[in-house]
Amino acid sequence: MKVSRELYSDMQNQVAPKSKSYKNIPLAFVIGGLICVIGQLLISMFMSFDFEQKEASAWASIILVGASALFTGLGLYEKIAKHAGAGTLVPITGFANSISSSALEFKSEGFILGVGAKIFTIAGPVILYGTTASIIFGLIYYFIR
Amino acid sequence: MIMDCILAFIFGGLLCAIGQVLIDYTKLTPARILTGYVVAGVILSAVGLYPKFVEFAGAGATVPLTGFGNLLAEGVREAIDEKGFLGVFTGGLTAGAGGIAAALLFGLIISLIFKPKDK
Repeated sequence: MKVSRELYSDMQNQVAPKSKSYKNIPLAFVIGGLICVIGQLLISMFMSFDFEQKEASAWASIILVGASALFTGLGLYEKIAKHAGAGTLVPITGFANSISSSALEFKSEGFILGVGAKIFTIAGPVILYGTTASIIFGLIYYFIR
Repeated sequence: MIMDCILAFIFGGLLCAIGQVLIDYTKLTPARILTGYVVAGVILSAVGLYPKFVEFAGAGATVPLTGFGNLLAEGVREAIDEKGFLGVFTGGLTAGAGGIAAALLFGLIISLIFKPKDK
């Protein structure tokens, strides 16, 4: 039997488990929302210590990133992520998790080409294209401002 | 403060729900979604929308990765106003340095302390 690309795709759809969107989307909403509430509480706390909003926001990010790395090391982040999906991916904690988990996973390949290189597996594209987009914006802004 | 938390919950939650829709209904991988969110944040900041969204939604706008994109674009804008053309290059990563440096440092520390778990 000859399997065309379309047929293969149909077959794959029959076999692959159907993702339960009616459950996934509300869970992502609630867990992602809660992570943002933690961020908001941290920002309010730092602002009550007389930090400006941008500094408070930067400190909140650093603490979220640290907490996420620790949860990743303990294997807890993956457990939450299994249910939360995009709820734990989209916040900055998801970015930190992608960095820590790749660093940890490739420890066995050594600290230079293992941890050192693979730490950027997901962070790399994010930083590369984020920076490139910001430079393109900067060029436009410089000439039209 | 309670109002701030409610707004952060709703708008942060919505951004995550959009991400889940993308996971469930498209074939985008998590890496592509994260990259897309950052670039979307840069674009929304470039057209002036995201800074207003941050004023309104607080952490609901800054904690999702679109907020990181906004940070890069805002950094570029401020650096150009202060330093001129050099700011095109220095602004983005300078503004994002806190988050990136922290994530890299903590990632390295975690890989030193913990052992990879079996999947």
